[in-house]
Amino acid sequence: MEAEAAKLIGAGLATVGMGGAGVGLGLIFGNYLLGAMRNPAAADKQRGNLMFGFAVTEALGIFSFLIALMLLFVEL
Amino acid sequence: MANPLEQFEIVRMVPLEIAGIDASITNAAIWMMIVITAVTVFLMGGMRRGALVPGRWQSMAELSYEFVASMVRDNVGSEGRAYFPFVFALFMFILGANVTGLIPGAFTVTSHLAVTFAFAAAIFLGVIVIGFARHGLRFFTLFVAPGTPLAFLPLIVILEVISFCTRPITHSVRLFANMTAGHILLKVFGGFVVGLGAAGGIFTVMGVLPLAFNVALTALELLVAVIQAYVFAILTCVYLNDAVNLNH
Repeated sequence: MEAEAAKLIGAGLATVGMGGAGVGLGLIFGNYLLGAMRNPAAADKQRGNLMFGFAVTEALGIFSFLIALMLLFVEL
Repeated sequence: MANPLEQFEIVRMVPLEIAGIDASITNAAIWMMIVITAVTVFLMGGMRRGALVPGRWQSMAELSYEFVASMVRDNVGSEGRAYFPFVFALFMFILGANVTGLIPGAFTVTSHLAVTFAFAAAIFLGVIVIGFARHGLRFFTLFVAPGTPLAFLPLIVILEVISFCTRPITHSVRLFANMTAGHILLKVFGGFVVGLGAAGGIFTVMGVLPLAFNVALTALELLVAVIQAYVFAILTCVYLNDAVNLNH
């Protein structure tokens, strides 16, 4: 298989990784909502932790996007 | 369709060479200077009056100070007050660079791994130096979580060391990849708007759709810019806490 074709296939496969990130984000926000509905008074104080957890989880999805971009556009 | 990666190209504006090293003033350097000027004007202009009851500008400057101060206090503790100026400068610069990059036609300074890795590597080295300076060889107890059974100790230590050494990579790539991905998306949908608009007839009307999506995407990118600056700063505080207060 030519390297160019393999790179394109690899870039497509790399997007599978974002599924895991989606699951993780849903878990984080879903749990935050569950907790916020049980204890609305304490919800605002956890906003910082929510944003931090969101960013760290989203990062892994973006890492897989980065691999896809590297496969498509980096000339070696 | 135009290449969406062209926006990240570094262009030498003023070619300079100092002692054989390429020290040209590039577009990245010019935008870094713009960001620093903007942040300095924001802070110094806001505190010019120094009134006891702050006006709007002074309120914003004091808000940014208090935000970073409470973040350092909560994450590093009272010992970490010495590191507040560094974390404040870091947070304001990264926030300024992220948000300035959203101006149409601007260059996003933090969308280059060279820039973000310079920050992350400096923080990583700083954490190691601070850890050894404060605790000496006891710094190595950082890798031993308290209460691990002796049988697992070698495995746990190896895993902890590996996880510690990947910190600069994840720290820098998180910011860089978020900025790059966001700006590539903006450029791709901008290309759609231009392409549909040029096609004429019903396609020009349909060109409103990617434009509306771009507006929403810009709002999302603004949120991501602020959140990524916050996460970079708070992770710096967490890593500093590891070095300053050995909690192991």
